[in-house]
This record gives sequence, C-alpha cells and structure tokens, in this order.
Amino acid sequence: MLIAILATIATLLALGAFGAVRGRPASDSVYIGCAAACGALVVLALFMLGGDSSPRSLALPFGLPWLQANFRVDALAAWFLLAVNVIGAAAGVYGRGYGPHGEEPQRVLACLPVFLAAMNLVVVADDAFVFLLAWEFMSLSSWLLVLANHRQPGNSHAALVYFVMAAFGTAALLLAFGVLAGFEGNYRFADIRLGPPQGWLGGLATALVLIGAGSKAGLVPLHAWLPLAHPAAPSHVSALMSGVMTKVAIYGLVRILFDLSGDLGWGWGAVLLALGGLSAVLGVLYALMQHDLKVLLAYHTVENIGIIVIGLGLALVFKANGLGPLAALALSAALLHVLNHALFKSLLFFGAGAVLVATGERDMERQGGLIHRMPRTATLFLVGSIAISALPPFNGFVSEWLTFQAILNGPSLPQWTLKFAVPVTGAMLALAAALAAACFVKAFGVTFLGRPRSPEAAEAHEVDSAMTGAMAALAALCLAIGLVPTLAILLLNPAVGLLLGTPFPALADGLDPSEWLFFAPLGLQRSSYSGLIVLVAVTIVTFAVVEGVHRLASAEIRRGPPWDCGFPDPHPATQYTASSFAQPIRRVFGTLIFQAREHVDMPEPGESRAARFEARLVDPVWDGLYAPIGRGLEWLTSRANALQFLTIRRYLTLVFAALIVLLIAVVLSE
Amino acid sequence: MLRGFEFDIAHTLSTSVLLLSFALLYQRRLAGVLEAFALQAFFVAAAAAWQAYTQNAPHLFVTAAIALTFKGLIIPIALMRIVRRLNIHRSIETALGVNLTLLAGVGLVALSIVLVFPVTAASGALTRENLALALSIVLLGLLMMITRRNAVTQVVGFMSLENGLILAAVGVKGMPLVVEMSIAFSVLIAFIVFGMFIFRIRERFDTLDLQYLERFRGERSRENP
Amino acid sequence: MRGTAIDLALQILQLSLVLVLAPALTGLTRRLRARLMGRKGPGLFQPYRDLVKLLRKEAVLAENASWLYRSAPYMIFALLWLAAALVPTFTTRLPLSPAADLIALVALIGAARFLQALAGMDVGTSFGGIGASREMMIASLAEPAMLLVIFTMALFIQSTSIPSIAEFVLSQPVGIRVSFALALIALIMVAIAESARIPVDNPATHLELTMVHEAMVLEYSGRHLALIEAASMMKLLFYVSLIAGVFAPWGLAPDDAGIDALAIGACVYAAKLIVAGTLLSVFEASIAKMRVFRVGEYLGGALLLGLLGTIFLYVSQSL
Repeated sequence: MLIAILATIATLLALGAFGAVRGRPASDSVYIGCAAACGALVVLALFMLGGDSSPRSLALPFGLPWLQANFRVDALAAWFLLAVNVIGAAAGVYGRGYGPHGEEPQRVLACLPVFLAAMNLVVVADDAFVFLLAWEFMSLSSWLLVLANHRQPGNSHAALVYFVMAAFGTAALLLAFGVLAGFEGNYRFADIRLGPPQGWLGGLATALVLIGAGSKAGLVPLHAWLPLAHPAAPSHVSALMSGVMTKVAIYGLVRILFDLSGDLGWGWGAVLLALGGLSAVLGVLYALMQHDLKVLLAYHTVENIGIIVIGLGLALVFKANGLGPLAALALSAALLHVLNHALFKSLLFFGAGAVLVATGERDMERQGGLIHRMPRTATLFLVGSIAISALPPFNGFVSEWLTFQAILNGPSLPQWTLKFAVPVTGAMLALAAALAAACFVKAFGVTFLGRPRSPEAAEAHEVDSAMTGAMAALAALCLAIGLVPTLAILLLNPAVGLLLGTPFPALADGLDPSEWLFFAPLGLQRSSYSGLIVLVAVTIVTFAVVEGVHRLASAEIRRGPPWDCGFPDPHPATQYTASSFAQPIRRVFGTLIFQAREHVDMPEPGESRAARFEARLVDPVWDGLYAPIGRGLEWLTSRANALQFLTIRRYLTLVFAALIVLLIAVVLSE
Repeated sequence: MLRGFEFDIAHTLSTSVLLLSFALLYQRRLAGVLEAFALQAFFVAAAAAWQAYTQNAPHLFVTAAIALTFKGLIIPIALMRIVRRLNIHRSIETALGVNLTLLAGVGLVALSIVLVFPVTAASGALTRENLALALSIVLLGLLMMITRRNAVTQVVGFMSLENGLILAAVGVKGMPLVVEMSIAFSVLIAFIVFGMFIFRIRERFDTLDLQYLERFRGERSRENP
Repeated sequence: MRGTAIDLALQILQLSLVLVLAPALTGLTRRLRARLMGRKGPGLFQPYRDLVKLLRKEAVLAENASWLYRSAPYMIFALLWLAAALVPTFTTRLPLSPAADLIALVALIGAARFLQALAGMDVGTSFGGIGASREMMIASLAEPAMLLVIFTMALFIQSTSIPSIAEFVLSQPVGIRVSFALALIALIMVAIAESARIPVDNPATHLELTMVHEAMVLEYSGRHLALIEAASMMKLLFYVSLIAGVFAPWGLAPDDAGIDALAIGACVYAAKLIVAGTLLSVFEASIAKMRVFRVGEYLGGALLLGLLGTIFLYVSQSL
C-alpha cells in the first residue's frame, strides 16, 4: 500500500521533470498524467479508509544517515490524501482546458506535478526531516507557480510577501520540531509520540506549531500573504493552494496537536477557538469588501480555515476534559469540513478561472449577465456558492451543522471561561455563515446575473468541456456529501478513532439502517438532519407547485422591458455593483473593524466634472501588525547597511569580536 | 424546577432591571432614555418591595417607596422638563456606536458573573445572583457615563448606577435603612447639583454636548472639525 | 402499516393546513391594523382573492431574465412551505420532522432568502440590487440572532429537534425562566425583521428609500408574484408557529394522540394564530418604521439579547 503510494508520488515528480524538459507540447500529457496519478492515489486512499486502515510504515535508505527517510500512512494520512488528490485529479482535468490560456503555460507544467507530489509527501512523512523537506518543496513549487504570471502588476509583490511568510512559517515549524525532538534529537514521529515535551517546552512547541502551520493555513493574523498569493497563481493552482495546501497545513496542525503532542491542556483549545472565531468573522468581512472575484474567494479560505480550527479547538477542549464522544463529534466536523471546503473552494476557483478565460477579467465590476452566455459555468458556480454559504442540501451545511452540534454541548464543560467562550464562538460561527451567504449573493449576483458591464462580458463564451467537466464532478461530490453525509463520516471515522480512541458517537455501536437516511450524531431525540429527504421533498413540492400553477392557473409568459418602478435606465452602470452591494454591511460592520469612511464629492450645480464617491478602508491587521514590523526591519537594515562599507581591518575586528564573544559564551555555559 | 415561585419573581425583577440598563444604552432619543430610566426605577422599587415581602423586612418597603417616588417619578419628570425647556430631546451623541456599547455591556455582564460566582460559592442563590446582576448594572451605568456625551445621559447613567447599588443592598439581609436613606438623599443632592450644572453649561455654551466643554479646556482642540 | 398511513396523512394534513392558513393570518393582521388606524380595511379573505387574481394573470418577464429568475418563485415557495410544514402546529407527530431540526430549518429559510436575493439581482435594475443588498444585511444579523435563540433552548434542553423541545417545555413546570424570556423577545424581534414587518420593513410601501423586500420582487408579476407573496405569508406563519410551538406548546397533540386530542390541538393552534395576529397588528399600528441603518442596531440588539439569554442560562443553572 505505502509502496504504491510512494511510487505514484515518484511518478508525479517524474512528470514534473518531463514537463520541465518538454515544455509546452507536453501540456496535455502532463495534465492527464497528474489527473491519473491523483486518481490512483484517491483509489488507494479510499481502499485504505474503507478497508484495513491499520498504519503502515516504511524507512527508505536516503536522507540523513542516522535517520533515514521514514514514511507512514495511517487513517488520518489517508483522509488527507483523499482530500488532496480528489482536487488534484480535478485540477489535472481542468488544467488541460485552462492551462493553454495562461500567459506562459510551460512555467506551470514543471511545477504543478512537483507541487502535488510535495503535498502528498507531507502527508505521508513520518519524521521531521522528510516532513520539513516536503513542506519546503510545497512552499517553493507553489511560490514558483504564483510567479507564473509574473508580468502582471502586483504578482511579484504577492510572491515576495508569500516567500517571506513561507520562510517564516517553516522556520517556526523547524524550531517546533527541534523542541518536540528534545535534546536526544528524536526526529522520528514514532519517538516523539513516545515522549512529547512537557511543561513550558510543550507549550512552546505548540505555540510554534500554531505559528508555522497557522501561517500556511491562513489563520488571522498570519493570513496576510494568502489573499495576495492565491489569486496571483493560475486558477487551477489557486484552487490547489486555497483548497488543498491550506488543508495540508491543517494536517500538520492535527498531526502534531492531536497525535504527537500527547495531552494538551484545555487552554490551547481555547486559543484555537479564539483564533478560529476571529479568522471566520474577519475572513468573511474582508471578503465582502473585495470586488476581485479571486481575492474574494481567497479571503473566504481564511473564513473556512477559521471554521475548521473552531472544530479542532472544540475537539481539544472536549478531549482535555475527558469527553471522548463529544471530542470525536467536533473532530469529525473539522475533518469533514476539510474535505468539504476543498471541494467547493476548488469548484469556485475553477469557476472564477472559467470567467477569467471567457472575459479576461477578474474584476466583478466589469462582469454581469454571464448566466446567459455561460450557463453551465453559472450553474456550477451557483452550486459552489450555495455549498460555501452553508445552505442545504449541499455539503457545506453538513459540516457547519455538525460544528454547531458540538458547540451545543458546550455546557458539559466544567470551566467557566469555556462555558462562555463556546457559545460566543457559536455566535461568531453563525455570523460568519450568514455573512458568507451575503458575500456569495454578491459574488454570484454581480458576476453572473444582471446586465453585462463591459463589452468583454457581453461577448463571453462558455468554456470547454474539460473545464466544465472538472467543475461538474466537484459539484456532484458536494451534493453527494450533502445528501448522504453518513458515507463521508464512515470514511473519516478510522481517522477519528486513531486520534481520539473513540469513534463518531452515532457509530459507536454499529450503524443503524435508519441512520443512512437521518443524520443524527447524538440520536434522533437530540438532533437530526436529512439532506436527502429535504431535497426530495423540496423537489416534489416544487414540481407539484409548477404543475398545479401551470395547469390550474396560467402558463402564459410575455417578455417585456424591465419595469424598474417606471424609470428603467438602459445603461448597465445603473445596476448595483459589488461595492454598492456591500455598502450596508460596510456601514454596519466596517465602520468599526476597517474604520470605513465614505466620502461623496458632489459638484456644485453648473459644474461639469463628475461626482465622485470614495470609500476608504483600513486593514487593521496589516496596519497594526505587519507595517510596524516592516518599518522596524527597514530601520534595522538601514542601520546594518553601514556594515557593508567597512575597511578590511574593521571586518577583521568584527569577526574577531564575534569569536571572542562565542568563546566567552562557551566558558560561561560550562 | 426545584426553586420556588419567590425566587423566580425576584430573578425576573432583577433581570428586568438589568435589561433596562441595556435599554438605556440602546436608546438614541432623550425621551426614550428617560422613560427607560423611570421604568428601571419602577422595577427596582418592585424588587425591593418583593424582598420586603419575602424577607419580612418592612423597612425595605420604605426603600421601595423612596425609589419609586424619587427615581421613578420626580427625577424623570424633572429631567424631562429640563429637556423640553432646553429643547434638546432630539438625539444623543454617542462616543461609541450603539452596537459596540451593547456588546461591551454583554461582555461586562459576563465579566461580573465570572467574577462574582466563584467568590460567593458559599452564599445563597439569591445573594449570588443579585450581587452579579448589581455589579453588572453598576458597570453598565459607568459604561453609559463614558460612552454618551450628553450631560443629561450622564446624570441618568449615574442614577442607574445607583439603582444597581440599591439592588445589591436589598438582596443582602440586614441592610439598615439609614444607609439607604443616605444613599437616596445623596442621589437627590447629586441631582440638584447636576441640574444646576446643566443650566449653567447651557447658559455658557448653548449646548449640552460635553465635547464643547472639553474643547473649552483645550483638550480636544486638535480632533474637532 | 396503519401507523405509517396515519403518519403520512398527518403530514399531508399539516401541509394543506399551513397552505390554507397562511393567507388568513396575513388577512387578519391587515384587517386589524386597518381597524386600529381607523380604516375599514379589506376583508379577511382578501389575500386569497389577490392570490387567485395574480395566479390567473399572465406573467410578464423582463427581456433579460434568466432561468434562475423564472424558477426562483417556485423554489422559494416550496422551501418556505416545507419549512412551515415541518414545524409542529397541532401535533408533534410529523414523520418528516426529523429531516430538519431547528438549525436546518433556519438554513432552509436561509436558502429561500438566498434565492430571493439572487432573483432580485437577475434583471439588473438598481431597485433589485438595493433590495437584495439590504435583505442580506438584515439577514446577516438576524440569522445569528436566531441561532443564538436556538442555542439558549438547546443548551438547556440538549436538543435541537422541535418535538423534543416542545415535549420538554410541556413536561416541566417551567415557571418564569428569564433566559427563555430573553430568547423569546429576541426571537420575536428576529421574526419581525425576517418576515418584513414594521418597524424593519413595510410590506405596504413602494417608497424607494424604505423598500427592502418589495424592492427585490419589484419586477415580478402574475403567477410568479403570487407565489412570492404566498411565500412571504408562509414565512410569517412559519415564525408564528415556531414561536407558538417552542415557547407555548400547550395543546400540541403528542405522538400517540387520538382524534380528539388532534381536534383540540387544531383549535388551540387557531387560537394561538389569532392571538399572535392581534398582537402583531397592535404592535405594527403603534410603531413607526425605522431608518434602514437603525436596523443594524435593532438586530444587533436582538443578537445580544440572545447572547445574554445564553449567559443567564448558566446563571440560573448553576444556582
């Protein structure tokens, strides 16, 4: 099993080399190869999750001589392999259609397979060395992919910020593993698991992991790079970065916090809850303020990572208090949302890519009416929008519903702080979900509905079947998980059992046949939901109403110009735009968080200049955290700059002084 | 379930007082503020009367009567007359948005509960709850005083703070009447001082927005347009 | 077998009951409000006549309306009808009730609103955009407030299924529970905002600055408009039944009830609707509509009441 997985990963690496050598003519074969390899990995992961999920490990004789390269695949790794490779396969199919539209498509060909291989390797790594190596490969290959369209303004800045943050994150993880490994240098995960550091060292390791993996996942306030870097890449890569790479970071978090670190106190769970709630609300509020479709989607990743982290925090809190079944419920919610978010976020990025191909524009203010010219893309994007807004019958609702169920069990916790913190987190989650719906009404409504706002949008064409096919597959999966969530829970249950020792509550004593229909994690008396019944009932009722109305009342249709309260204006600029749609929400929430200020410059009667409306937003995280750090660094480097222009004698003095200081340090430490 | 009817009534009355503190923060019109304040005083009086009845402590009836006459009737009516005469019933200048103030208020309530409950674990249910609620009401009164710029709302904030004190006093058995009388009279005196103050401010500055007073002292000269 | 048949019959009965009663509730509030304002007002059955009239007319579609615009009224109506039919009105014996607990019901309403807002943006007029944008702003606060109300109930009862909550409230001599009262106030505030009533929105206005719901559906006509109108009536009925079923579940026939209990349940339900309609019209007649941006504060207040209710729950539980 593990050998087959590693062999497939090696194939991906070979594909990267092939793509680098052959360049543009190899486009089709590289993309199809990626799709096939990822498809094979999906099958292997399913095989493992559905059948014998016992861990398998392997040590290959390369890497550090005293460590070798250790690999291991268990149920948790298999679940993340599934999430990574479902999207990888879809991105391969989609890329076949999308890739050639890029600026320099050959740049993507070499990096994409390597990127996919690196993400898979992170998941199957079983020692800190392989883990960090794969992690860095993942960062670097995605960094190159961000630079694929390097001529577009802003992309090189995005790449720079990404590079700095990725380096910072890896450094934090490196230190974290250093602490976890202890003084003996036990870099194998198996050794770390046996004796994780205790006391303040354990706390230090957890904090470093949160910084390292959190910055990769895009947790507030370490998210600053994400909305810059993800949209800059080609759309199928954006989908992979937003949908999957952030999940690999979550994998790192889960692996270290739940598997390697032993028993963490409830305090860390509370920290996760706070960070998750903050990310969820801030992420969606940022997203609402955007009018670039891909940037909006990237900010939504921050929100969804927040939701996942809330689930993880709840799981930690319940676990620390010995409430195994509830911890299993919360962890299942988080892991399910990992897959769900990967599915619908990739679907949405694919849709944004299709719009980009069709109109050449990412700015929503220049779209409109695409539902007429791109009916299939529009329908599939609508599916993704409903799913991400956590509305039934799609999958996004199921995982948020599960998270709510875990939150409702907050009173079982003994700590007063948590008793208050958990419902407050629930309120933040609810707020984020409701705002997400508003955000996607805006995204879908402005892009696909209404009248075209630019000639490009008016002349758009539907994209090819490879792209729509990939989107349709993801949409179908979104629906399937939404209708029969029990299946997905069955698949991820081994991972939950591995980490917590208790299965998903409803699966504790075998599966009741009725539970296929009604999804009731804690029993029907407590709470239940059935996407399938809801969908069937709504469909039956809808058709009954359509039939009834058409037969009994009237079925006539007349087309005419829009009424618009008697004053229709044919100019498309009179429509609501993305920023005008967000205005009420900007006023209610933005005044506080973004210090949003609106300024209207109205010309006097008789003046011929145009009226201007300006809305100014301040990014609190960027201005409050990054800008001061940046200024500090600049100050430091400008001071240090003088060191470049010294005489040789002074350089020697510096070196000598450093040597003496080190020697003194050695003496003192002994 | 296990607790009696008496407790439920007391619980409801004191919660209503707290809720009206939130109503004070929520209101944007001075008339609304004064109505909510009168209603709060009424509930405080009712809570005191209920305690008088259940604890069999007739002196608490005096407290209730004082609260009702002074804070429920005389002071709101007098303030209303001031507002009418100065023609300032329109709107309240907030230094902090209404929603944010309310959010801060909920935070303060949670804080007082977390603060009071572990400390008073040994006391009776009613005492614990009354103390927590009274502390919340005091904090909310302070919050109102710092987040509303109008002089009248500052007076109301101060008085509602004092309502919290009364609530705490009636919940604790054996509170002597003298203390309450002195509190009531100090409030009355405070009211008179404030009232004269309001007229003086108005005479000098033609407004009751305390911002202007601050500017007069040169504190906010940079910020103001 | 016989039990299943009765189950099914009751569910279908419930579906038809809410369908029949929804316009009556709206008619009742309109008539009472008119009376309170010194007008004679339309008869109780005017909404039925309006709906039938609209249904019979041909539908005029804007030239650039898409399939979403045409199908939205049917889906919105179906979603709200189903949601209303899943709330216990006269009996808790509803076989489909486990398909959607309270959270899922909120999400069903959310899905209907999502479609409605999209349909408002479809034709590309400025009014549609205004309506959709304001509706989503209102919803972004109303939905969390609603969920917090549910939290308050669920944290206490440990369940989000309405029949369980109703049973619990019935079986316990719940006296004066302050947090429940707070939750009730918050829920009423949310219900008023969500079903587009005064003071948040005025269903009778076509004044551009104040429209929310009406602005979204401005372009609809004929049978589509009829369905949208019927859906709004259904939404009002949904909230009234929800409040009645959760906070005042008296008279609800239990699962094993006979025909007499069912009849009593139906009568009590009718009485509850009349009381709710009367209270609503009195409230609406005595209050003025607020500015749109005051709605944020109003619903923020509801949200915080819900939160306060949750906090108080711990207070009264730990005492």
